[in-house]
Amino acid sequence: MSERRGVEVRLENLVRRYGTVTALDGLSLTLAPGELVALLGPSGCGKTTALRLLAGLEEADGGRVVIGGDDVTGLPANKRNIGMVFQAYSLFPHMVAWENVAFGLQMRRVGLAERKKRALEVLELVGLEKFANRYANQMSGGQQQRVALARALAIQPQVLLLDEPLSALDAKVRSRLRDEIRRVQLEVGITTLFVTHDQEEALAIADRVGVMQAGKLEQLGPPTLVYSRPATPFVADFVGLTNRMEGTVRRGSVEVRGQTIPLVHPEAADGPAIALVRPEAVSIEGNGEAAQGPLVGTVIAVAFLGAVSRVTVDLGDTTVLAQLPTSAASEHPAGSKVRLTLRPDPVLIQREEPAATAS
Amino acid sequence: MAVGTMPAKTRSVQRTKWLKLQVYRYVVFALAGIFFLVPLGAMFEFSTRGNAGQRTLEYWRSIPDYPDLTTAIIASLQLALITSLAMLVLLVPTMVWVRLKLPRLTRIVEFICLLPLTIPAIVLVVGLFPMYLWLGTNVSDSILTLAFAYVVLVLPYCYRTLHAGLGAIDVKTLSEAARSLGASWFDVMWRVIVPNISNAILNATLLSVALVLGEYTIANNLLYNNLQVELVHLGRDNAGVSIAVAAAALLFAFVLLIAITFVGSRRRRLHPESEGITGLGVGPVQGSAG
Repeated sequence: MSERRGVEVRLENLVRRYGTVTALDGLSLTLAPGELVALLGPSGCGKTTALRLLAGLEEADGGRVVIGGDDVTGLPANKRNIGMVFQAYSLFPHMVAWENVAFGLQMRRVGLAERKKRALEVLELVGLEKFANRYANQMSGGQQQRVALARALAIQPQVLLLDEPLSALDAKVRSRLRDEIRRVQLEVGITTLFVTHDQEEALAIADRVGVMQAGKLEQLGPPTLVYSRPATPFVADFVGLTNRMEGTVRRGSVEVRGQTIPLVHPEAADGPAIALVRPEAVSIEGNGEAAQGPLVGTVIAVAFLGAVSRVTVDLGDTTVLAQLPTSAASEHPAGSKVRLTLRPDPVLIQREEPAATAS
Repeated sequence: MAVGTMPAKTRSVQRTKWLKLQVYRYVVFALAGIFFLVPLGAMFEFSTRGNAGQRTLEYWRSIPDYPDLTTAIIASLQLALITSLAMLVLLVPTMVWVRLKLPRLTRIVEFICLLPLTIPAIVLVVGLFPMYLWLGTNVSDSILTLAFAYVVLVLPYCYRTLHAGLGAIDVKTLSEAARSLGASWFDVMWRVIVPNISNAILNATLLSVALVLGEYTIANNLLYNNLQVELVHLGRDNAGVSIAVAAAALLFAFVLLIAITFVGSRRRRLHPESEGITGLGVGPVQGSAG
């Protein structure tokens, strides 16, 4: 890996309004040099707006953007030295791949020979040197996005912005290109902000994941932490699947169907609550044919997901998702009686009306 | 089913259908050709007819002998050039800017641009007359000032053509990509947008040239001698030369059209996804707005 040349990026209390709608409501976020942060959230949560404000493609109504210690809030996009890959295919159709990659260098008055040499070098970095003379319409979607990545990197930007660059690609290409982006990002060592609504993508690629809702950052942390210790019920709900199970809080734990589970926030007041339990914290213990109890139910569906399977169990008054290794799940076909156990991993609670379904 | 395994009867039916379609195409093409070429042929026949029934190029050769005519031809060509350039400079950046920054104004701009379509040329002249009176007295009485009126005249046609061209590309994403790479707004226009709507620009230019070369009413009523006005005057003195010049103007427009179609098809081969509209099939609009 080459020496990291990333810079620190700070978004300070950014506000952006569209008429009466507040897209960003005081967003603050700091990216360490060379770090890849993924902003994750549902449509309209403000993640793309944050990225566009950082790129200079939109103006903030309040707050500051600081890159490498310099306040660039008032700078137009073409003066910020930021590379960006867009969701839509954005290669210039009238240029071949190397000309696209060299465009930014041309804007920086780099001579033809030098910019062609550098363009080919960056194309090699993304493994597309053989496609240098192809037009956009002669390449697949994945190849176009790799050229777009090369184009963004060719100008040696201080920051790389990725605005859902994989969303138009099919699953296999998406997964491959995701790894490719991470490899290149680590190799170049550039500070990167990656915006996506795909949680798997965000968790797989990022050093830290920021989950946004309604223009605010709900949680920012390493993927494992965001997944296993969600800071808010929204994060728990949005990142990964969650079983919402009725329970009762008592002295820092929640009692769910006869089992006691510790709380992430043990200071919670006693009383009824909804426990948010991950499917992988639910396991199926043996055959439940002869058993009775609140966690005995009937398998109503088994979804094969490759190495793991998701088993939906009907407990009578609610359904619960359990995620098991496929080999274990195959022992419990639809219609079989099973007994569930809940692993005592700390959980979040909600004080809302019970929804009693997996979400 | 693969073609090789298709029953002979099915193949025969398909071949008959294909032949019928081909015949239909050729018939339509021939009829359209006759429709356009017969008047042109008649013009050539008339302009090469000698006194004793022999063929002569006398009328064509004598075109330069009419100084008013050559002046009018040059003026019309200059007007075509100025109008086309002014139209492009006015319309392309405006339309791109409205798309990027002020999309809510799209309908208003469209309405304004299409408005001249609904105003008869003679009404336009009545409105323009006081302005030209003032222009003639205070600025210049050059025929080239007609370019102001002609820009208004060509707006609707050019707006539609450019609108279709811009609609064929993702203006916003391309502009933002270029901006993020360090391009100024001028570079965005000149190096990114214009090359990708070049077919639409060529077509809009062709329409402008055709309209200006064929314009009569405004020039005549504002007392300027452009090509069409001079042709009408000349037609009274020497019909042969008048028709020869009209045929030459038509040929000029056809050559332009073929050139644009050639450029367009070459571009389509290179960038099949980025084409605008090509080959509108527009010839010179003889006596347009008249």
